[in-house]
Amino acid sequence: MIDFFTEPWEFAFMQRALLAAVFAALVCSVVGVFVVLRGMAFMGDAVAHSSLAGMSVAYFFGGSIFWGAFAWALPASLAITFISRRAQVRLDTAIGIIFASGFAVGIILMSRVNNYTADLFGLLFGNVLGVSWGEVLLIGLVAGGVLLVIIALYKELLFTAYDATMSAASGVPVRFIQYLLPLLVGITTVASLKAVGIVLVLALLVTPAATADLLARRLPRIMAISVVTGFVSTVAGLYLSFHADLPTGPSIVVVATGLFLAAMLFSPSKGVVWQAWRPSSLPVEEAGV
Amino acid sequence: MLEKIESADPANGPALAVRNLWAGYNGNPVLEAVNFQVDRGDMVGIIGPNGSGKSTLIKTVLGLVKPLRGEVSVLGRNGAPERHLVGYTPQTELVDWDFPVTVFDVALMGRYSRGGLFRRTTKEDREAADASLELVKMFDLRDRLIGELSGGQRRRVLLARAMAHNPELLLLDEPMAGLDATAQHQLLDLLDELRSKGATVVLSTHDLSCVSSRCDKAACLNRRLIAFGKPSEVLNEQVLGETFGTHLLMVHLDGQAYAVQHHTHPDGTAEVDHSDHEHD
Repeated sequence: MIDFFTEPWEFAFMQRALLAAVFAALVCSVVGVFVVLRGMAFMGDAVAHSSLAGMSVAYFFGGSIFWGAFAWALPASLAITFISRRAQVRLDTAIGIIFASGFAVGIILMSRVNNYTADLFGLLFGNVLGVSWGEVLLIGLVAGGVLLVIIALYKELLFTAYDATMSAASGVPVRFIQYLLPLLVGITTVASLKAVGIVLVLALLVTPAATADLLARRLPRIMAISVVTGFVSTVAGLYLSFHADLPTGPSIVVVATGLFLAAMLFSPSKGVVWQAWRPSSLPVEEAGV
Repeated sequence: MLEKIESADPANGPALAVRNLWAGYNGNPVLEAVNFQVDRGDMVGIIGPNGSGKSTLIKTVLGLVKPLRGEVSVLGRNGAPERHLVGYTPQTELVDWDFPVTVFDVALMGRYSRGGLFRRTTKEDREAADASLELVKMFDLRDRLIGELSGGQRRRVLLARAMAHNPELLLLDEPMAGLDATAQHQLLDLLDELRSKGATVVLSTHDLSCVSSRCDKAACLNRRLIAFGKPSEVLNEQVLGETFGTHLLMVHLDGQAYAVQHHTHPDGTAEVDHSDHEHD
């Protein structure tokens, strides 16, 4: 029984995978709370997909895929914010354009590479078991940097997310914050690509935060529960992946989704199950606003 | 809070002076050549139809909208006001009531205008937030989520946030909207209490009777300032007709003035009565 828990960590590649995935999950869980509250889920998804272009360019020329994604994701997240603020284009439209165009460029470039399918598969669905110590360090530093910025500017991020007009009236540099948050989402997304890949990063960003939102009422506690959920999903996902010989990224996402479903069904305050059992009390609660 | 009792300090000028103000968005003026002055301790009601520039005027005073021409001076100081001297409550529809914060969290946000980025909240901030909640009689509900509050309670929380940094000028954008008569009177009583402690109040509203019965001055706005002065002097048929772009009849009942739409204009789109109270 003990072996079940200790065996995976006898392998250096599993230790690296654990660290990389946990770092990614922690930063995603915190940033994800803002993403869920502000309805920015598809912005994160768009940044991830469009960064395939940057990754492909780096891959094509033999550079670092991480920095390739980084170099693409930052302007992409700023561009989405800028277009939605300035141009006469709706936010979801801007997201759609940047999402698809970056992805298309990436696929075209990748198609010129010899073992096209295998490499593309790694970028799309992650390859955390192949992560190097250097990449672990990089993911850790980026995740730590994002968390430091969030801690330092917590009240400004909170205030602006809650009420931008009032926040501006209080002298908070709202425009700066409104560009900063998507930027942090973009950086977080890139830091998580190695762990879960382009297609699944959205799950790491949104699912733990959504689970926490069902279980807690106040923002600090929502963040704490989100972090715990993200951590548990990652570790359990790695065990599942190791013992059942399943792909790692999808395993993490499946566990996270399982936790979300459990919260949705059994959350003490918002659980679907409890609400189904006491239908008579519902109208009273609704009317008592 | 609000220890400053002395109302008119001529050295510091009036609470608010607006001089030949043109303001709007993307270079298109909404407000045209607006002039008026608010004395300290007064309560001024801005009335006008939707789109008349009430919110634009308030945002310009706050420094959120830059004047195209003319100037605004708050508490004797030109340009963007010192943040902590001005309290502001936005229209409730503009606030995200599903956001997972408590009544206390919102009141504490009122303290953020003191000090810049990276400043942590102090014990003094938390005490001031609590004192502000006491003032609006929301202290008992300080740990409630804002989404669980009634319309009147939501107004009070926003007011507590606006009061938490002891402002001298309060700018309230449609504080009466969505409130029933009892809640409206409680809110107005509270504003009177704040004024007795030295605050100046400028509020926008659709509610003529509130302005005529409770405000010191009325500002009738329809992109231009149609009239400004004591409600008993300016709230007449001609001014209201010009303000709301439709023919209105003033009816005086029990010392209160009510506006009645005399006959419907084919193109009349004015909203004067309580028709916007369907919110909440």
